[in-house]
Amino acid sequence: MKVRWAIAGALLLGSAGAAVAAVQVYAPTRSHHAWTSIETGRYLARAGDCESCHTAPGGKPYAGGRPVPTPFGIVYSTNITPDPDTGIGAWSEDDFYRAMHFGIDRRGERLYPAFPYPWFTHMTRGDVDAIKAYLDDVTPVRQVNRAPELGWPFSMRSMLAAWDKLYLDAKQFQPDPQRSAAWNRGAYLVEGAGHCGACHSAKNMLGHADTSHPMQGGMAEHVFAPNLGSGERDGLSGWTREDIIEYLATGSNRYATAAGPMAEVVQASTQNLTQRDLEAMATYLKSLEGPKPATPHAPGADIMRTGAALYVDDCAGCHMNDGAGLANAFPPLRASSAIQAAKPDLLIAVILHGARSPSTSAKPTGLTMPAFSDKLDDAEVAALTTYIRNAWGNRGSDVSEGEVARLRSTLASAPR
Amino acid sequence: MAKKLPEVDVVLVGFGWTASVIAQELTEAGANVLALERGGWRDTVPDFSVTHIQDELRYAVRKQIFEETRRSTLTFRNRPDQLALPMRQLGSFLPAAGVGGAGVHWNGQNWRFLPSDFLLRTHNEQRYGKKAIPDGMTIQDWGITYEQLEPYYDKWEYLCGISGKAGNIGGAIQPGGNPFEGPRRREYPLPPLKRSAATVLFDKAAREVGLHPFPAPAANTSRPYLNPLGVQMGQCTFCGYCEWFGCANYSKASPQTTILPVLLKKDNFSFRTHASVVRVLTDSDGKRATGVVYVDQDGNEYVQPAQMVVLCAFAHHNVHLLLVSKIGTPYDPETGSGVVGRNYAYQLSSDVNVTCRERLNPFMGAGALGQVVDDFNGDNFDHGGKGFLGGGYIALWNTGGRPILQEYLPKGTPKWGGGWKKALHEDYLYSTHMQCHGGVMSYRNNYLDLDPTYTDHYGNPLLRLTFDFHANEHAMSKFLTDRATDIAQAIPNRGINPKPRKGHYSIVPYQTTHNTGGAAMGTDPRTSFVNPFLQSWDVPNLWVMGSSVFPQNPGYNPTGTVGALAFWAADAMKRYIRNPRPLVQT
Repeated sequence: MKVRWAIAGALLLGSAGAAVAAVQVYAPTRSHHAWTSIETGRYLARAGDCESCHTAPGGKPYAGGRPVPTPFGIVYSTNITPDPDTGIGAWSEDDFYRAMHFGIDRRGERLYPAFPYPWFTHMTRGDVDAIKAYLDDVTPVRQVNRAPELGWPFSMRSMLAAWDKLYLDAKQFQPDPQRSAAWNRGAYLVEGAGHCGACHSAKNMLGHADTSHPMQGGMAEHVFAPNLGSGERDGLSGWTREDIIEYLATGSNRYATAAGPMAEVVQASTQNLTQRDLEAMATYLKSLEGPKPATPHAPGADIMRTGAALYVDDCAGCHMNDGAGLANAFPPLRASSAIQAAKPDLLIAVILHGARSPSTSAKPTGLTMPAFSDKLDDAEVAALTTYIRNAWGNRGSDVSEGEVARLRSTLASAPR
Repeated sequence: MAKKLPEVDVVLVGFGWTASVIAQELTEAGANVLALERGGWRDTVPDFSVTHIQDELRYAVRKQIFEETRRSTLTFRNRPDQLALPMRQLGSFLPAAGVGGAGVHWNGQNWRFLPSDFLLRTHNEQRYGKKAIPDGMTIQDWGITYEQLEPYYDKWEYLCGISGKAGNIGGAIQPGGNPFEGPRRREYPLPPLKRSAATVLFDKAAREVGLHPFPAPAANTSRPYLNPLGVQMGQCTFCGYCEWFGCANYSKASPQTTILPVLLKKDNFSFRTHASVVRVLTDSDGKRATGVVYVDQDGNEYVQPAQMVVLCAFAHHNVHLLLVSKIGTPYDPETGSGVVGRNYAYQLSSDVNVTCRERLNPFMGAGALGQVVDDFNGDNFDHGGKGFLGGGYIALWNTGGRPILQEYLPKGTPKWGGGWKKALHEDYLYSTHMQCHGGVMSYRNNYLDLDPTYTDHYGNPLLRLTFDFHANEHAMSKFLTDRATDIAQAIPNRGINPKPRKGHYSIVPYQTTHNTGGAAMGTDPRTSFVNPFLQSWDVPNLWVMGSSVFPQNPGYNPTGTVGALAFWAADAMKRYIRNPRPLVQT
């Protein structure tokens, strides 16, 4: 009831009145923006998961400073609180739109595409303005941005002009009149604010995502983000729209539990989206083509035997001998697209470092798998992952000891 | 100089089972709640991780998961005319330190007490006459009935996902369950655990001798379980590492696996670890608690003001805190007056080891995997002419078959060397044991007070425990051990080794962590420290949880009743918060 009064106050009295009326329920709004713009922006900022990247571990929300590893070095996220000196408080709506649409900051400098403007460029001006309205309303924090740590020649921002010229297709999303409204809304969210392809699409040497074959799997920081297109083994062919919605809304479904960077995405972003928007995203994802199915050869009997023994010792208690997992508690490994992905990195990373499932309002528990990096050596992890990728009807490429060693060393030196 | 912190609505001393229940309930009601825990933060991962926690040497032998006696202990003697000495190593009982408390390392043996247990004095006087209760036995009614507590038992069991088989639903006896239990409103949330070979043998033998075996109610999940708070549990793998270990796969109920994922998200809840509460503060006339004093890891002292103080620590520590804070009248065994420290009780357990003819694979176990007979518990049988009151259950627990401490080898097996190895090799897979788990009555000379000589880490006098078993308990225990031997003889065996517990209570060998009393509940302020809602008679904004409030110790493990009483008290606290007052007028 109180909430409703506050909203009524906002609508009747305008923003000044809203500040007074809302004081019992919300902190008063700081900015001149209408409450509805701020709330629209809050929703879109969550859809874009802005806070995750723009908040350092243990830091103040949106004050930046989180290290974002790229193949070219580390970029630190920036302060996007309304602090006028160190944040974006002095930016106009035009300034902000230029950053989101063209990847150019207020001073005219080009931004590194670790900031996913190649996706945000698809967003409408109205939506971008709403995000700015919301950001104007968050608590301002004085925190100076940290310079990126990139090797030459990537340290030269002038390079970025050429990159943008080559790769940036700065244009707003154009609805496809042949498709349903739901499909178009889904495409807008997935290809725009959601910037799913920043991880799930293949990228070339210069970090440009393959936009003609979107969501067929790509690198997300250090691990492989699986194919979201079709595919009997490594794609979402087996998932219904409802499966996709449940996964995004709660963090898990009958096939998979979000792990690694995706756990954070579900927790901070997708669980907050409306059922309608999740349905739209599922509609769009179900329309995507997957990569051509690969047919890896069957691994040798020796490695499968070693892997099976390790599996019984270390995994079967939760994931069960038949790889079926335990409904609602521990994810299945059998018939899982993430397990049979083109690259085994995610599976290796989860075995080495463990994984915490997202703690969402629908599924708050946050069940966690422990790390096995201290217990299993590279050869053992290779045998175990090879086994899991090829047991119970699964089929995936074998995993070599070297592959595990490389990922172990990358993950050990990665910023947390 | 102690630093004064901002006031909270409710401060909880300790952050184990009862604190978690109270915090969850009162934060739902809108209160701002803070828990102060002397130990550290612990969670399933990384602290109890699978393939890491199953380390018997580290946790069971070296006791890394329990409180350290060099920081907190008590002194002990059997009789008031003896000199009490400090317990320098843990033995008889194993209190926890750390978030989750002993709820992390319990077995999960989860019971309801019998309806007659709550009316112990009245019931026994009515059935056997006033003379049946010997001089010096200070048993009393609880001030609450089974029927009043039943809804809260139910709430607790559904929180924890108890696996079991009901024996009495609304008065109708259910085949396969415990026919002696009080009526319950519905079935257990989960079916019983799968039986082990040993429990199947016990079941058959117990039936043969005319008893009524049933699967023990277990806080080990027989299926994945989603509790009413929305917290998801896994399914027990029978790894056999429950007691003295944390559960690796979310299948043993603990605060971490049932409440904390929801509680810790709340803005109106917070907790501090390594915060040892050393005093409850009261106002000048001692009628109102104003908060607590705690000490952090670096020795800094803080005053934490609060509108309500709830003692949720281990039974001993609650009583110790009351005594050092000079709240309530300390018990005086000479005159029998005073209540703080009065009616301390424990458990009297004995064993019967059996070497079976059938191979048992005892290592496949779970903390509360067991088959039980309740025919000789409480007043489930006629005590006429038996020479004792009370009783206990006889169970074949298949908690595990750990390599160091869980071998039940035949009588006469050497403790080490070639003979021991030979027996282990030949008999380990065939060996099991039964436990007789007897209640202990309360007595005038069994009590807690402050030690005149020894002080703790913070300079407070240590708690002093004066306790011994009495003739009633020895007679009860002998009777139970004989009945267990009858069952053992009905199992095809290669040898039976009854191990009755004789003589004085010793604090050295492990028995159970079922220490009770010292701040009893009841309807008379002259014989109880808290009223039937667990609210202090003297200081109405001070509440005491846990088995400290048991007026004597029935023949069951305490946790089920501790949990139910916490929910019961939480409901009373909600009424109190709306209108602060003594909920029972004297």
